This record gives sequence, structure tokens and C-alpha cells, in this order.
Amino acid sequence: MNMKFALGAALAGTLTLSMAPAYAQDEPIKVGILHSLSGTMAISETTLKDTMLFLIEQQNAKGGLLGRQLEPVVVDIASDWPLAAEKARELLTVNEVDAVFGCWTSVCRKSVLPVFEELNGLLFYPVQYEGEESQRNVFYTGASPNQQAIPAVDYLMEEEGVERWVLAGTDYVYPQTTNKILEQYLLDAGVAPEDIMINYTPFGHSDWQTIVSEIKAFGSEGKKTAVVSTINGDANVPFYRELANQGIAAEDIPVVAFSVGEEELSGFDTTPLVGHLAAWNYFMSVETPENEEFIKAWHEFIGNEDRVTNDPMEAHYIGFNLWVKAVEAAGSTDPDAVIDSIVGLETPNLTGGIARMLPNHHITKPVLIGEIQDDGQFFVVWETEDLVPGDAWSDFLPESAMLEADWTAPINCGNYNKETQTCGGSEVAAAN
Amino acid sequence: MRPIRSLRLILTCLGLALALLAGPARAQDIPGLVQSMGEASLRELGGIVEELAATGDSAVAPALEALAEGDLYANEADGRVVILARNRMYDPVTQEEIGPAADADLSRIRINNSLRRDVAAALGGLTLMSDNPSVRLSAARSMRANPSEENLALLDEALAAETDPAVRSAMETARAVTVLSLADTGIEEKRAAVPVVAHNARREAITILNSALADAPDELAADIRSAIAGLEQERAIWAALQNVWFGVSLGSVLLLAAIGLAITFGVMGVINMAHGEMVMLGAYTTFVVQEVIRQNAPGLFDYSLAIALPLAFLITALIGMAIERGIIRWLYGRALETLLATWGLSLILQQTVRSIFGPTNRQVGNPSWMSGSFEFYGLSITWNRFWIVIFAIAVFAALLVVLNRTSLGLQMRAVTQNRRMASAMGIRTPFVDAMTFGLGSGIAGLAGVALSQIDNVSPNLGQGYIIDSFMVVVFGGVGNLWGTLVGALTLGVANKFLEPYAGAVLGKILILVLIILFIQRRPRGLFALKGRAVES
Repeated sequence: MNMKFALGAALAGTLTLSMAPAYAQDEPIKVGILHSLSGTMAISETTLKDTMLFLIEQQNAKGGLLGRQLEPVVVDIASDWPLAAEKARELLTVNEVDAVFGCWTSVCRKSVLPVFEELNGLLFYPVQYEGEESQRNVFYTGASPNQQAIPAVDYLMEEEGVERWVLAGTDYVYPQTTNKILEQYLLDAGVAPEDIMINYTPFGHSDWQTIVSEIKAFGSEGKKTAVVSTINGDANVPFYRELANQGIAAEDIPVVAFSVGEEELSGFDTTPLVGHLAAWNYFMSVETPENEEFIKAWHEFIGNEDRVTNDPMEAHYIGFNLWVKAVEAAGSTDPDAVIDSIVGLETPNLTGGIARMLPNHHITKPVLIGEIQDDGQFFVVWETEDLVPGDAWSDFLPESAMLEADWTAPINCGNYNKETQTCGGSEVAAAN
Repeated sequence: MRPIRSLRLILTCLGLALALLAGPARAQDIPGLVQSMGEASLRELGGIVEELAATGDSAVAPALEALAEGDLYANEADGRVVILARNRMYDPVTQEEIGPAADADLSRIRINNSLRRDVAAALGGLTLMSDNPSVRLSAARSMRANPSEENLALLDEALAAETDPAVRSAMETARAVTVLSLADTGIEEKRAAVPVVAHNARREAITILNSALADAPDELAADIRSAIAGLEQERAIWAALQNVWFGVSLGSVLLLAAIGLAITFGVMGVINMAHGEMVMLGAYTTFVVQEVIRQNAPGLFDYSLAIALPLAFLITALIGMAIERGIIRWLYGRALETLLATWGLSLILQQTVRSIFGPTNRQVGNPSWMSGSFEFYGLSITWNRFWIVIFAIAVFAALLVVLNRTSLGLQMRAVTQNRRMASAMGIRTPFVDAMTFGLGSGIAGLAGVALSQIDNVSPNLGQGYIIDSFMVVVFGGVGNLWGTLVGALTLGVANKFLEPYAGAVLGKILILVLIILFIQRRPRGLFALKGRAVES
């Protein structure tokens, strides 16, 4: 099937569109949008492309940035990761964009990383991810594991009294790493190894009968059981359907998901899922003035009252606003100037808190646990009292516990070893 | 039912008296308590539910039921708590109608999992004496799920008066579970409870016994262990059978997806990479039909699939014929070009659907008769899978009839076996080609209707099945419908038996490797065609 994918990439590549706006008093500032508009990931990423167009339109209506208009440059990476690297290179060299907002999967981020490093571009990455990374040219506006997975597990342990754990995920880097961190965390918390079941499935897995019945059997050992799901994308609908059909109710075995949000739930009837959980840093149902305004403006922009908002959209909202502030503070769109000025900047998020860009290029976020409702929305049942700062290197894995990232002087390093006081990577050479 | 009623009255009075004795005189203030739910936080709600349950008054049951169902609302306008049903507001305690919901600013009183459990437990105690057997049954079930000391007395009372055998058995099970879970019940009583649980509690029996085992004294533990051992043995046998069923069900999905391909690829020899997109179009037809029904005639929803089936068949068959006439017929005999052309076509179809319906999943509902599951002895069978197996068999049978018993089928076979001879005999071969391709595509459309019930309806739906479909057809033997049937079922069952040991990812890889090895040994698949047809 290799030929199939290569051809698809070629075809989709020709579909790339570039939007030229009509304003032309000054040279516009170009913003690259690097998302999949076709292929398997289009389901999630198309909305993010629209979100960026929406944010840029709003900013232009406010008079642009530094007196100049913003111009979006949209490319389609067609869910094809080598193509993503090519498209990133095209954005930075041919279109000469000043910042790029994009990628969804970790594999996409990993394949464009070398390009951003080499060409010294800026990437704002809006999705929760597995951590264990900090790069000078990348800003991680989604959650790291300590801002999503760990608090969710804490919630289940404390509020629901869960003692037995199923860690179910799609077979790729994000679930694998997250589950590794969670497994270590659970073992540290005194959970016996036989009370943890880890299960991986391929992308787009649709026949969940065996796995769901295994979960059912695993949950019938007399201890309260929960499923921590890092199942990604399309596989979720058949998974939840099978859960409902086999009669697993949230009261018996709750499922807490890290990749299921409003957008994913808009694909089906959630009545049988009421009570299952999701952990995010934003829910559409959060009642704050900022959020209400955002949803109203979004509906006006997209022209459809039924469209939902979700966590990665908020991440783009925060990332875009932080970039705007950094450019204003630096008085220039030069990547080095932005990287220097953005750390420490703050912008309100949509849940009533403040997002601050940390020296490790992660941001502060609240953690919310929501229960699925029958209208496809989430009801927040728990939230952290304070904002949680994003941690690039997990403290629960022995190999990364002593690492930290700090992109400010004098450390200026993505994987600084606190014990040996040395920088482990080659990033510094590239940075200076 | 008279004795039960009077009993209930006595119990209610008893409950009231108890509540009066036990705490401050809150029991009379049920309306007040219910009203206070409007402003309560999740934590406070928990306390209120507890207090309501402690009243023991069945008058609080409707309010609690509404709370659990999500039908309890607070009217922001006057702060009043109401039950919403069919767009009208009702008083949660007296059940009197208040008025239409349109005039009020209602916000739902939301609860979480642990509260939902508490409410279910409270309701169990309150509705055990209901006049309605099905209410009593669900009360007994919820007591079984939430055992507590108070339940024991209630269950004993209820058992004494119960006449309905099903409810009685549920109550006995609930009682046995309660006895086992409480610390201070006598050993003899517990010992008597073990076989009741083992016999009645079905699939949950092992769960219940295991949790009882944890704090059982030695002499009881032996009893429990032997009961569990018996159940485990039984379960192992049923688990194997269950796996066979999962395999058959996966096989039937593969069969549905592949059987259309068995016609276009198997019979006509066209490598049709757009086959998966025909399946996808069938699923989208179902979506459109359901949308129209939702908007115009919600009552017909349970028939939506029956309406979608012929439509999906017609639409995909017509598209298939257009593809055959427009593209494929120019490429007969050039396999690689057909492959490329149909594959390009599949991309175009996907992107078209994405542009029209959007990239996100569309909601296709399960009609009520396709939701949930039923127990067949030790097997748990979900209705949607069950009907899909039946449907796959029906489609297969219908296709056999069409190919073997109709003149169109005869012509199809004639044309594919020897085109020139068939043409010489007066068969319009171009027409037959179009019909054959249309039939194959139409069946893919039917598969789409079925798959919309278990998978995502998204533009990528077809992609996930195209590889599996080719695998089935090649494995089963090109050009043989029976081969497709046996191939699909074999792959399904093999996959399901590998999955528990190797995991889903490795299982799939193993299956692929096995097929490659198999094809090395038998290049023409399980059921190879013999004779002159092979050469053409």
C-alpha cells in the first residue's frame, strides 16, 4: 500500500491553497497554518484550520499587528508526516511565514521539528501530548501529562476509589509514553502490577468486542475498575458503542479519555455514555464571560450554531494571543526576538484563568474533569484549585526526573540535567 | 396487591417514625429539601439525597428518579425545582402540573457518577414495595448493586409478600449478595447465600464472590473458593464460545465488505480500489435518510434502516454503473491502470463527501432494536452484531440466487467466462458488464448501511475496509463466492483467537503473515477455480 500513500500525498499536495487577502498598504505579516485537511486526521484538524482563520480575521478587524495586516497561508499536510515536513519547509522558505500554527499528532510534530530547528521558525503546537520534549522553536500550548493524565488518575483514585486500572490506547508514541508515565505513577502509588492492564490497538480499530469483554472480565475481580483511554481519533466511536452495547455503565467501570472532546462526541448519540469522563483544560460548557464571547464570535464566523468548540481550539486561541503579545513586546516578528520576549507573557484563557508562557515553552493551565452529558457536552465535576504549570520532562520516569527545560539565559537548554548541571542536547549549538 | 399496599403504608409510617426519632424533624420537609437541590453544589446534593433517602418516604422517589434521569430542573426565573416531561413542568413532590416549559428559564440539575450510584441505592429502598412488578425488579437489581444493612430488613419484608417468580428470584439474589457483603451476618447464613449468588447472579457472580472472599473467615472461604472454581470452569468454556461468536461477527462484517468486491474483482477481474468508497456512500445514504426522518417523521426512526437499504443499493449501484461506463470499460485488460484510476477515483469521492458533509463524523443512530445486548445461556450477544450476522447471511444467499438462478446471473457468468462466445450468442456484453459492476457496487452500498451501525460514518470509512476486503477475496479464492464466505469467517475467527494472546496490533500482523505464507502455498486461494475459466 506504499504506493497508495505516496500518491495520496502527491495528489493532496496539489490541493494546497494559499489565500491572498485584498489589503495591501503595508507588507502583511504571514501566518502559516499547517493542518491536515484530508486523510484520517482531517476529522480533527480541519476545525483548527478554521479556528486560526477566525483568530486572524478577528485580529485584522482590531487593526492587525504592528500596524500591518495578518495574512493566513494554509497548507494541507493530508495526514502524511513526511509531507508535513516538506510543507513546513515550504511555509518557511517559499511563503516566508513569521509563525506556524499546526500539527495534531505527535508524529507530525516530531517530523517537522528538524525543519523548524534548521530554519529557525516558530511552531505553536495546540494538542495535549506525551511530554519528554522541549524545543527552542516550539511552543506547546496543549497539555503535558502532568496537566491532564496525572490529575485524571488522581481524581479516579480519590473520588471514585478506583483500585484496578486498564490503560487502553492506540499504538503510537503519545499513548505509549503517557501509559509508561501513568504505569510508573500507579506503581509508585501502591497499585499492584497485576491490577494494571495495558492494551494497544491499531489506528482506526473498529472491532472492539474482544477488548471490551476483556475489560469487563478484568473489572469483575471485585475491585473498583476504571479505564484510562488514550484511544485516538476514529476508533473512539466504535469503542464507546461497544461499551454501551455490552452494558458497561459509567457507574460500574468509568472510562476517562484524554482524546475525546466535544468535536469527537458530535458524531454520535451520547445517551448511553452519560457519566464517562474526559480530562481537558477547557470544556465548551464552562460558563465564563470570555468563553461565551468566544463561542458567540466563533458561531458568527463559521455560520453554524451547531459547531462545537474544544480544547485544542482554546490552545490555538492562547497560543495566537501569546504570539501577538510577544510580537508587540518585541516590536518585530523576528523569531529570535519573539522567543526571547514571549517567556513570562500572560494572556487570559477561556476558563477564567491566566495562561503564562513558561521558560520551558509550556503554559499554565487549569485541569478540568468533565462527565459526558446526553447532549454531547461535558459537565465539570472536578477541577484543580490552581493553575498547573506544564512540565516538559515527567518527574515519574527515572530517566527524565532530573531533566528540566529552560529557554532563558543562562541555561538556554531543552534538556538540562539538574544533577550534572549540563545540557544534554545539541539544541544550544543550533540556538546560538 | 392489597396486602402489599397496607404493608407499604406501615413501612412508610415506620420509616417516618424512625426518621423522626433519628434526627431533627426534617422528614416532613420533603418539599423544602427537594427545593433546596436547585442551588446546591455537587457535594451538597449528595447530602440532600442522603437526607431524602433517610425519610424512607416513597413520595421522594419521583424527584430522585428525575434527578437520576436528568429530568430535574431548576427554574432560574423563580428558583423553583421542577420535573420536566414532554415539555411541561411538574411539581417534583405532588406531581401536579405547573405549566408549559416554554415560559421558564430552566437549567438542569446535574449529577456525577458517585451521586448517580447513591440515588440508585436510595431508590432501590424506596421502590421495593411498588405495585408495578418491573419497578420492584429494578429496585431489587439496584439493591443487589448497592448492598447495605438497611436493605436486608426491607428485602425480608418484600420477599414475604412477593408472588412474581422473576422478581422473587431477583430479590433472593439481592438478599444473598447483601448477606455476603455485610460483615456481621452469621456464617451459616453466608454459607447459604453462596450457592444462591453462584446460581443466580450470572456474569457478575464471580465479581461478587471474589469481593466476599477478601474478608471471609476460613471455613467460609473454602465454600466460596469451590463456588468460584466451578464458575471459572464454566466461564472458560463460555469464553471460548464467546470468542467464536466474536469471530463469526467480525467475519460477517468482513464478508459484507468483501462480497461486493468478490463480484467486481472476483468475477469481473477489475481491481476496484474505490470499492471502500461505495461502502462509505452507503453509510452516508443511511445518514441522509435518518436526517430526513428526524426532521419530518421521527416516529419512523426504527424503520430508517429498512428505508435506507434499497436507497443505498440503488444509489451506489447507479454510481457503480456510471464508473464502469465512464472509466473502467476503457481500461479492461489493463490491471495496473484500472488500479490507479479507481484509486484516484476513491480519493476524489472521499474529498467530495468531505466537502459536502464536512470532515467530522456524522451521527447515525441505532434503532432501538439494534441497541443493547441479550444473554444466551453464558453468551452475551449484542443486538447490532447479531443483526449484522443475519444480514450478511441474507445478502450472501440473495447474491447466490441472483448469480445462479436468474438470467442476468447466467449472462454474467457467461460473459466473464468467455466474452466473445457470449457476445456471439447474442448477449449484450457491455450491458452485462455495467450490470455486474452495478451489482457489486450496490452490495457494497448495502454493506455501508450495516457498517454505519458499528463504525464511524466519516469520509474515511471505506479506507479501513478495502485492504481487509482484498485479503478476504484473495484468501478465499478469486471468482468463488463460497470462498469469500469461508475466507471471511476463517479470518474473523482466527483474528479473534489471536487477539487475546497477541494483542490487536500483533494479531493483525500475524494474520497478514499467515495469509502471505498461505498464498505462497496456494496462489489461487482456498477455493481455486478449475478448468478453462482459469486461463481467461
